[in-house]
Amino acid sequence: MIKFQMPNLGADMEAGTLVEWRKQTGELLHRGDIIADVETQKGLIEIEVFEEGTLEKLLVKEGEKVPVGTVLALINDGKAEVSESTIPAEEVPKQEIHPIEDRVETPHEKIEEGERIKISPLARKIAEANQVDISLLKGTGPEGSIVKKDVEEAISEGEKPTQEPVKKPDETKEISAKPATANANAMRMAVAAAMSKSNREIPHYYLEKRMDMSKAMDWVKEANKERPIQKRLLPVALLIKAVAKALDEVPDLNATWENGLQRKNEINIGFVVSLRSGGIVVPAILQTDSKTVDEIMETINDLIPRARAFKLRSSELSQSTFTITSIGEGGADKVFGLIYPPQVGIVGFGEISEQPFAEDGMLGIRPVVDVTLAADHRATDGLIGSRFLAALNRYLQNPEEL
Amino acid sequence: MTEEEIKKTVFQLLQRIAPETDPSRLMPEENIREALNIDSFDALQFIVSISEKLNVDIPEEDYGKTSNLKSLLAYLEKKVKK
Repeated sequence: MIKFQMPNLGADMEAGTLVEWRKQTGELLHRGDIIADVETQKGLIEIEVFEEGTLEKLLVKEGEKVPVGTVLALINDGKAEVSESTIPAEEVPKQEIHPIEDRVETPHEKIEEGERIKISPLARKIAEANQVDISLLKGTGPEGSIVKKDVEEAISEGEKPTQEPVKKPDETKEISAKPATANANAMRMAVAAAMSKSNREIPHYYLEKRMDMSKAMDWVKEANKERPIQKRLLPVALLIKAVAKALDEVPDLNATWENGLQRKNEINIGFVVSLRSGGIVVPAILQTDSKTVDEIMETINDLIPRARAFKLRSSELSQSTFTITSIGEGGADKVFGLIYPPQVGIVGFGEISEQPFAEDGMLGIRPVVDVTLAADHRATDGLIGSRFLAALNRYLQNPEEL
Repeated sequence: MTEEEIKKTVFQLLQRIAPETDPSRLMPEENIREALNIDSFDALQFIVSISEKLNVDIPEEDYGKTSNLKSLLAYLEKKVKK
């Protein structure tokens, strides 16, 4: 039996409203089937299943808002033992529980009565002295037991004055509210929460490299001459492909930081899409490294309008392993990103513009792009980041190999 | 297709991309993308949709002629008449 849980669709998601069950009890499920629609700050998301089996029981009613990790349904996979839904488990960031956030939103999500909480005597003492509710803590000690460090972290989190103001408006806002202003507000709060978390917890380091884009732009221009207007490429498709290749060479940046560096097997690049009404959505281009430049362009053509219409699938929101933000034409020269937790890096492309560029003792005017990397210093050091930018540059100088 | 009809189609398509704006208030030589806050992706979508709607081919090297209303309308008129 598999417990199918409310997936975590990003660092900024804490709860979702189950809007509609798309499968009924007794129905046969296949990997990739849409099982339900869930409303989040990012709109109505189609939730996919990642296992095969029969839908045994629905545990959450339509219209109910539940926290991430809540068991939504039981899927009978023919095995007697109960296991948790596998896939997002590997890809989805482990849920970090911040006592304050939880107290506000999910008072009922405490550990069930009778379940023994593993906690060291010292941790229990500190918790009692500081009135910390240990049932809300996630243990990092042996067998998930709560240790002194977990309690101390909870206390210091609780003291942070920034947390409440950032969270509160979000919590009081009904996410299922339809008006555009409410959606935009929820979106703003979601971005605020994720970026506050990033800035608070991740020690960023920044690197920058100016890259000659003449060969890449010539390649795109030539490629577009042969393509009908609907299939034409934007330079960003080539940039995304080059980033995927460079990540393949420097896998420490295609990872998450969760009790240490966890490299990811797939390269799923999240691409920042800005919304006209304000806010951003970061859908993933799944398996970017195995896609051609044309396939990446097709994926963008499909993803951007759906992201703007708030119509993404759960895998597209939960499985990115690295992020790209690109300013595009007519914008700023450089962009320094904030990492999307628990990822460990984000690349920023400024506007591609003509600049004086010196090479081999000659000065010329060339299209160049200023590329920045923000990376998590807990996970990697500048040498790794620098190696990544060098690899990226090398690929952009040889676009025909991409 | 008359000049007026082309203009109307252009405004319609621009408004579909930037719904909260009023493209008919664009000045003839104002940069369309800047004025309506249209990004690279939407700019390409606009060119695709206008080429489909008016049944004209717009090669990439002509994208520069689509930057403001005056040059865009002149360009499209010439293309449509061909």
